[in-house]
Amino acid sequence: MHDKSLSALAAGLAARDFSSVELTGHFLDRIARHDGALNSFITVDADKALAAARAADARLARGEGGPLTGIPIAHKDLFCTKGWKTTCGSRMLADWVAPYDAHAVERLAAAGTVLVGKTNMDEFAMGSSNESSHFGPVRNPWDTARVPGGSSGGSAAAVAARLVPAATGTDTGGSIRQPASLCGVSGIRPTYGAVSRYGMVAFASSLDQGGAFGESAEDLALVMNGMAGFDPRDSTSVDRPAEDYARDLARPLAGLRVGLPKEYFSADLAPDVAACVVGAVEELRRQGATPVEVSLPNQALAVPVYYVIAPAEASSNLSRFDGVRYGHRAADYGDLNDLYRKSRAEGFGAEVQRRILVGTYVLSHGYYDAYYLQAQKVRRLIAADFATAFESCDVIAGPAAPSVAFPLGEKSSDPVRMYLEDLYTISVNLAGLPGLSVPCGFGDHGLPVGLQLIGNYFDEARMLRVAHQYQLATDWHRRRPALAEG
Amino acid sequence: MLSREEILRIAQLARLEVPEAGVAALQQQLNGILGLVEQMRAVDTAGVEPMAHAIDLTQRLRDDAVTEPDRRELYQQGAPAVEDGLFLVPKVIE
Repeated sequence: MHDKSLSALAAGLAARDFSSVELTGHFLDRIARHDGALNSFITVDADKALAAARAADARLARGEGGPLTGIPIAHKDLFCTKGWKTTCGSRMLADWVAPYDAHAVERLAAAGTVLVGKTNMDEFAMGSSNESSHFGPVRNPWDTARVPGGSSGGSAAAVAARLVPAATGTDTGGSIRQPASLCGVSGIRPTYGAVSRYGMVAFASSLDQGGAFGESAEDLALVMNGMAGFDPRDSTSVDRPAEDYARDLARPLAGLRVGLPKEYFSADLAPDVAACVVGAVEELRRQGATPVEVSLPNQALAVPVYYVIAPAEASSNLSRFDGVRYGHRAADYGDLNDLYRKSRAEGFGAEVQRRILVGTYVLSHGYYDAYYLQAQKVRRLIAADFATAFESCDVIAGPAAPSVAFPLGEKSSDPVRMYLEDLYTISVNLAGLPGLSVPCGFGDHGLPVGLQLIGNYFDEARMLRVAHQYQLATDWHRRRPALAEG
Repeated sequence: MLSREEILRIAQLARLEVPEAGVAALQQQLNGILGLVEQMRAVDTAGVEPMAHAIDLTQRLRDDAVTEPDRRELYQQGAPAVEDGLFLVPKVIE
């Protein structure tokens, strides 16, 4: 059962080949058997999951099910889930139980999905390897000595090992696309404002966006149909009519212009990754698409700009964790200031503290214009580059990550090296565009490589169509690590 | 380059206790990050409007009406120390 796509699982449930209770039990059993090797979950709750599965079966029996009714899923542990621990991978919130549901959680529950657990992640979504989690690193199912990417590494690893058929994630600088690439699964970050941020614990509010992982582009379209939508409780949620993200999947690619940014195919890209991505573009060409060279001249500034804006917003957002209103409080302290300082020093890990400090510095008196304001101006130049590129192409293609999965510990002692993992993903967040990664081959050490597709604003359906047409002709997304077979 | 004193000042602004033994490593790491950021500062941005958000937004308005029920008790369940609906902190005013 765990090898099936979402649509095949939905068909099986509709035909009563199996019940949601059986399906959920099957995945819970897989988690019990395999997650010891991966650490992809922080919380698993079999009782709650089976209760939701029984409710889904009753709904299916009444003939009231939808495409996601009875499907087990997992949420990244920064989506608030009422009555479940929502830790953000942090000691600060290690025992914090969310008092309400995030909008995306609410919508997916209303669609009848069955929540089996909350996935591990880099602390407060700050990281590209899942090594900064308070709950220990996640391991890559293709090679457990290597990282799954981050920050949504738990969701990516769980889907890759088929411990769950789909999972949510968030992407602030590449946190869905980079782990999707490193774990050999499909992952989408929609346009900023497509998925409500209500109930998503904030990291960098102008960049954060919820999205999903699944086996294929078709699965992603189904999950997006369930989770996206306008929400008045998020002031940046975009009020637009509901759309069917699967509507264009079947359309062939003839006439499509695929933009290839020359800056993406430079010396920073590992040759094994480049070979896979070039091969994928060749397949799109074979299907009738036309590759077009485009340029994103300010691409090299994306990482520097991001490491001003994201820490600035994070330092502000994370000021709410003060040892008073949520989570961790130090055991010993003197006055109120000491309570803040000690609770935060104990509750936050090293990477989170670094980013809070950088953010505090760039926002502090005398430095604001030179750093934060300047970063916002360069951000506009980066967004304008995409607008120009989309005048001559319909979708942009390139790598999602500069290399295949790296060994645990290789980059964790050098923040700047880790930051460069998101070289090809960050500019999309700065511009607010949608992007996805789909498996496009295997590089060094037999490890998966992802093809990144970038769409224009709210052009997810076209991006998903390109990915789906690619997947009709290739089987990279059907390849499984040995761990997923047993 | 951030000095030791600047690191301690920023840590105080951020309300983070930095142990004496950790200052040197932090100084090196933060200066590494600011070194990465440096190339952005040299870009000519004269006349460029700052981009504060990912997409252009107009602020939505809603009716000035009560939409949220009182959930203080529920929301305070995740706090470290609460009494009679109040968050407890060390004595601030002697």
